[in-house]
Parts: sequence; C-alpha cells; structure tokens
Amino acid sequence: MTITNQIKTVVLLLLLLLVPGTPSFADTSEPKLDQAVELLKGKKFQQKYQAIELLAESASPQAQSILIALLERRLFKLKKTKQLVIAEKQGKTYKIQQAVSLEELGEVKKRALKKISLNNKMRTLIRSALASFDLKNPDREKRLAAVKQILDKADLEKAKIIRPILAQEQDEEIAESMSIIIALSDLSSDDAKQRNSAVTLLSGNIHPSVRNALNQLQQQTDDKALARSIKQALDSIDAKLQFYAVIENLFFGLSLGSVLVLAAIGLAITFGVMGVINMAHGELIMIGAYTTYVIQLLMPDSIGTATLIAIPIAFVVSGLVGIAIERGVIRFLYGRSLETLLATFGISLILQQTVRSIFSPLNRSVETPSWMSGAWEINSALSLTLNRLYIIVFCLLVFAALFYVLKKTALGLQVRAVSQNRAMARAMGVRSEWVDAMTFGLGSGVAGIAGVALSQLTNVGPNLGQSYIIDSFMVVVFGGVGNLWGTLVSGMSLGVANKFLEPWSGAVLAKILVLVFIILFIQKRPKGLFPQKGRAAEG
Amino acid sequence: MKMLNVLKADRGGQIFLLLLLLIAVVVPLLNQFTTADNPLHISTYTVALLGKYLAFALLAVAVDLVWGYLGILSLGHGAFFALGGYAMGMYLMRQIGERGVYGDPLLPDFMVFLNWDSLPWFWHGFDMFWFAMLMVMVVPGVLAFVFGWLAFRSRVTGVYLSIITQALTYALMLAFFRNEMGFGGNNGLTDFKDILGFSLQEDSTRIALFVASALALALGYLACRLIVTSRLGRVAVAIRDAEDRTRFTGYKVEHVKLAIFTFSAVLAGIAGALYVPQVGIINPGEFSPLNSIEIVIWVAVGGRATLYGAAAGALMVNYGKTYFTAALPEVWLFALGALFVLVTIFLPKGVIGLFRAKDKQT
Repeated sequence: MTITNQIKTVVLLLLLLLVPGTPSFADTSEPKLDQAVELLKGKKFQQKYQAIELLAESASPQAQSILIALLERRLFKLKKTKQLVIAEKQGKTYKIQQAVSLEELGEVKKRALKKISLNNKMRTLIRSALASFDLKNPDREKRLAAVKQILDKADLEKAKIIRPILAQEQDEEIAESMSIIIALSDLSSDDAKQRNSAVTLLSGNIHPSVRNALNQLQQQTDDKALARSIKQALDSIDAKLQFYAVIENLFFGLSLGSVLVLAAIGLAITFGVMGVINMAHGELIMIGAYTTYVIQLLMPDSIGTATLIAIPIAFVVSGLVGIAIERGVIRFLYGRSLETLLATFGISLILQQTVRSIFSPLNRSVETPSWMSGAWEINSALSLTLNRLYIIVFCLLVFAALFYVLKKTALGLQVRAVSQNRAMARAMGVRSEWVDAMTFGLGSGVAGIAGVALSQLTNVGPNLGQSYIIDSFMVVVFGGVGNLWGTLVSGMSLGVANKFLEPWSGAVLAKILVLVFIILFIQKRPKGLFPQKGRAAEG
Repeated sequence: MKMLNVLKADRGGQIFLLLLLLIAVVVPLLNQFTTADNPLHISTYTVALLGKYLAFALLAVAVDLVWGYLGILSLGHGAFFALGGYAMGMYLMRQIGERGVYGDPLLPDFMVFLNWDSLPWFWHGFDMFWFAMLMVMVVPGVLAFVFGWLAFRSRVTGVYLSIITQALTYALMLAFFRNEMGFGGNNGLTDFKDILGFSLQEDSTRIALFVASALALALGYLACRLIVTSRLGRVAVAIRDAEDRTRFTGYKVEHVKLAIFTFSAVLAGIAGALYVPQVGIINPGEFSPLNSIEIVIWVAVGGRATLYGAAAGALMVNYGKTYFTAALPEVWLFALGALFVLVTIFLPKGVIGLFRAKDKQT
C-alpha cells in the first residue's frame, strides 16, 4: 500500500463519519461543536455569542463542560497549536486537556496559554444555556429538579428556553411545571387574551411563586376583568392552601397526640388498672430513651438496626426497673395512694440523679436512622415529615399490641379480674401479687418503648421524663381512668387541640389553655371522657 | 387569753413556740453583739438563710393544715407561695425607682428592655406597701377560692385533686415564663433595693425581716392551731377520715374544705412575701411542680397533722439541702429521693412520730 492509498482510506472513513444516518457515535451535533470551538478561538464577541448558542443547541456533554469551563474562566487557547483546552491550575503549571476530546495533554506553563475572554453578556448567555442543558437532560429526575428550581425561583427568563422544549416533554409532571412557568411569564405579556388564559391556567395552583406573581399583577393591573379573574384565582389558591394547612396541622396534632398517647398509655395501665400513681413513670420513659442511646453507641455502624433492637430491649429494661419499683416500694403502700405518689416521686428523683451521674447532666444526641429522616412531599404546600409519620404508626401498633394483651391473653384476663375485684379474683385462684408485678412491669415496659420513640423526636436528657409526666397524667385523667380507648382518644384530641391553638396563641399559651381546659373539664366530669360504668366504677 | 387556751393541750406546740421565741431573740443578739471571730457569731448571711427557713416553715404549716387535717394533698401550694412572692416582688420593684439600670422612674428595667411605654394595669398600686401586702393575701386567696370552689363542688378528691393542683402550678409556671405576662419572664423580679425605705443590704433590715418571719410563723401556727381545735377543725378531721359520712351527717363539706383551703393559700402567700426580700429574687422556677412536692415532703418528714412537726420538717430538710448542695451536690437528689421513699414507708408519722411513740411507751 502506498502512502497515498492510506490517506485515501482515512479521508473516506472521515467522510463516512460525517454522512447523516451513519452509526450514532457520529453525533449530528459534532459539526456544531467543531464550528463553535472555531468561533470561540476568535477575537470578536459577536462570534463568541454565536458559539455559545451553537453549543447550547448541540446539548452534548462536551458542550456543557466547555461552557462551564468558560464560565469559570478555565478555558484557554494553546498559543502554539491553537488548540482549545480546559486547564486546571496545579501549583505553577497548568494541567490541560483537549476541550472536545477531553484528551490529556500534560502540563504547560502559563505563558503557553491564552485565556478565552468573557463578558457579561456571555455570562448571561452561558447561564441560560446551562439551564437548558438540564432541561434537556435524558435523566427524568434531573429534568424535574431543573424545572422545580426555575419554578421556585420564579426565574421567568427561562420561559423562553422552556417554550420550545415543552412540546417534546413526555413526562406529565415535568410538562405541567413547564406550562406553569410559561403561564407565569405570560402574565406579563401585552396580549390580554394570553394573560387571561394564563390566569385561568394558574387558578388553584398552590405553588408560592404562582401566588406571588398573581398578587403582584393584581396590584399593578388596571384591567378590571383581569383583576376579577385574578381575584378568583387567588381565592381558589387560598382555599386550597387553607385546606392543606388544616391537613398539616391535623398531622402535627396527631403526631403530638401519638407522643402523648405513647407516654401516657403505660400510665393508663398502672394508674388506671392498678389505681397506683406512679410519678416515676416519666423516668421509665427516660430509661427507654437512654437505652436507645446506649445501644446506638454499641452498634455505631448500623443505627437503623440499633434503633429497632432498642425497642424490645427498652421494654425489658424499663419493665424490670418497674417491677423492681413495685416489689421494692409500691407493694408496701397499696391502699395509700397519696403516699404512693410521694414515694414514687422520690424514686423518680433517684433515677434522674443516677442518669445524671452516669451519663452527665447534658443532653445526649440519639441518631435518627436514615429511613426515618426526610419528608414525604405531597405537594408544595404539604409535606409530612417521615419521623412524625412513623411515630403515629408506631403509636397505633403499640396501642393495638397492648389492647391485644389486655383483652386476649391469660395475663390480660387476670389483670382485668384483679382490677375489678381483687378479693374475688384471689378467691378464684389468681395470684394477685404476681399479677400486680406483671401489670406494673407491662406498664413500665410500654413507657420504655415510648422512650425509644421520644428519643427520635426530642433531646435525651435527665429531665426528659419530668417534662412528660404532667402531660401524661392529664391524658389519662382526661380520657377516663382504666380505659385504654379513652387514653387514645384523649391523647390524640389533646394533641390536635394543642396544634390548632398554637398558630392563634403561641405554643406556650396553647399548652396553658389546654391545661386550664382539662382542669375545668375535670370539674365537670371528674371521671374523664369515658368513665367506667357498672360495678368496676365503685372500686 | 384565748390564745393560750389553744396551747393548753399542745405540749409540742408550747415547746415549738418557746424555741421559736428563743431563736428570734438569740440570733439577732449573736449577730449584733459578737464579733466575727467569736465561735458563737452568726453571720448576716446565716441570719437571712434562717429567715428563709422560717418562711418555708410557715409554708409547711400551711400545707400541713390542708393535708394533715383535711386530707387534701395539694401539690400546688408552691403556686400560692410564689404568687405571694410575686406580689411582694412587684412592690420591691416599684421601690427601685430611678436606681434601675435604665433609670426609668416608673418602669422596671425589664419593661424598658422590652420597649414597653407604660405600666401594665396590674402593676398599679404596687408602689404602696399596704396595697402590696393586701395583694399578697388576696391573690393567692382568690385563686385558691375559685379553684377550690370548682374542685370541691364537683367532688374531685384524692389523687385526682393532687394531680390537678399540680397541673395548676405547672400552667402558672408556663404562664409566668412568658415575657408577655409582664412579670419579667424567665428572669423574674430581682435587683431589689429597699423595703419601706430601709436598704435590703443593711444588717438591721435583714434582722428585722428575720424577726418578722419568726413572728409570722408563730402567728400562723397559732392561727392554724385555733382552727384545728375549733369546731371547724373537728369537722375538717371528720372530712379527712370519712368524707361521705360527714356529708350525710349534714355538714357542708364543700364549705369547710373551701374555707380551710383558702386560708392555707393565704398563709402560703404570706410565706412567699417574707421569702422574697430575704433571698432577693423571685422567678417562675418557684412555680415548678418539683418545689410543691418538696414542700409536701417537709411535712411528711416532720410529721403530718401536728403543725409544729411540719415546721420542724421544713427546717430539717432545708438545712440538709443547704448542706448537701454545697458539700455534695451529686448526693442531694439521691438523699431527697431516698427521704421520700423511706419516710413514706418507714416513718408514716414523721420524725415527730418517733418522739410521740416514746412518750406513749413511758
């Protein structure tokens, strides 16, 4: 083969590459890219504007990296070979790579390079070009994120870019967001018809940008018909927002209520079923929370598993402490409920100080497993945080389990028998002392579980229990002593009431109002929402 | 001398009042007429500390009146105490005048700090001593009356009543923590300068307050003693032991309860008013449920239903508290907690009960 032949083949191959319809590695945008590269090397800004537009149209990854480099002033021209290179400063020299092929070209001195100059207009052009890259990205998530960002910033300049892309967009969610952006930009159009149709489209859309834009236009416009339709649109938006705000409040209320129920339900057993005031209940919750902390310390690599394992362990630990309290102190004080109150209060002080001595008086941070953090975003006005969602579910599960134990198991039967008529139960052969210990252990164990849940929501410190004890008593007393359903209903309703009062009165005042309400309610119905009826009530 | 009749069968009370008289005379003398290097010398700091204990003792007597003789375990007496203290604190705040940090002639410092331009309506009148003293008694009294009227009428008793009294003081604590309430929020009222024109820093003022506390304790004790030996007191004990029977016998149980509960709250308020100038501060922490429960343990340690036992308990526990929190701060909560447990299980009649048991044996 002669040299000329070789050249011929090469040329032929090159030609083949350039023919349209040939295999995909010969991207149709390549000529645009090359052309743009040539233009960028030029001196005139006019040429560079054109180059940027060409790069934007090509939408290839190379084009994107060139634009980014240009914006970051890392795009250079090799003085010797006139090649366009992207350079990375390394000490005194520059590491360069070819701009299109990204081929490494080694290191050169600064003298060998000439920076591609940049002006403000180019910057603007590049930024919008880069935005359109994301909007054309084949990855759906990236496109969605790009559109969302534009919408959140109300960056209406981008509407120009979006308008041609919209028709090609397959994904419904992205297309909808795109049409909202276009409608937003149409709001400022001169054509009254276009404005009106934009307002109609935007009506009822709860995105904050939409509301802002409509509000602004309402204040500026002189067109009465338009103003009227804007007002309608805004009203429908506000109605929706209000609706979602109510839902969100309800959710927060239910999650707060779940915390209350979790904290109180153990108390409902010890106080309600056994008639024992356990002021150390809050500290049993605290022990559960600290158990979570310790187990997470033991298993630092798998926080999620540690948190799950902590649930049964906290149940056992708190349960055992509870049984110890019952056997050691409360047993001697049956029938003297006021004294029980004082003695258990003493125990709560001892437990607090113990924890303070072991773990220091400072709060300990308990980590949240990754699957519990984050939020479930339903729309721009409503997102539910996952940890609160889990708390609600968890609370209901615990309630169901407890309900099952009390209604369907042998222990539950004995517990109910003893709580209704101790003497008769004993006569039937129920070991009432054993049942007392077990009941107390069960209630305490549930407090421990509540502690695991609380460790995910609040600070874990020696005072954790104290801050919940009064609320827990209020829940039990409000719901009616000796009634699990009452505890559930009262906990949830107090939680919701608290959250609905909050925006109107502030958090602290809301809490005070709820307390005052309960104090007054107890005067009216001393036995709570769901009083026990029949013979059990006389105990 | 009806007063002395009251004490006739009350040997413990006689001893208690004698001791009280003794320290009320001896402590100021030792403070004034001995020098600092004398082993018998009592420093002014100690005088103020003892004065504080006496205020606590009066509070304990008030709690014992309702718990020991009426069977109402109030976990909210700290609230009445703190309200009395706040009323006194407001008077003392108004006395600061232009000497505050901001030098406003009318507004206390914290109001200037919060950019308030006028005195809230409930602060008016507190520049007059007699009005403030009236409020010291009226505010806790009215609160106790309203609360008691609601609670006793609907027959809330036993642990339920205990828990809602606790909720009451808890709610008040939350409320007083708020700046908007106009009571200095978190920081409470402090920086007091003088009372009735006498500087609070002077030894003589401190001694006067100490003597006033002793006097108030003695009078409070006599008043409570008068009540419990009267017909009213005997009905109260009947209510404590069998409420329903007393009701069926025809007594207005609610009225008796309300009267004694309100009186007890007023006593607690007076104790608070004596406490504040001696410690120099009142803040929402005084409302904390823990404080109220602590009062109950003073009574339990000393011995319920003796009145002087309650006062003795308050002195003993608070002395222990001062000692432990200074020497072994870690141990104090353990000790207090153990005290709760041990006293309820092993000493249901308190320390006084030990002496009485001996009396009966001999």
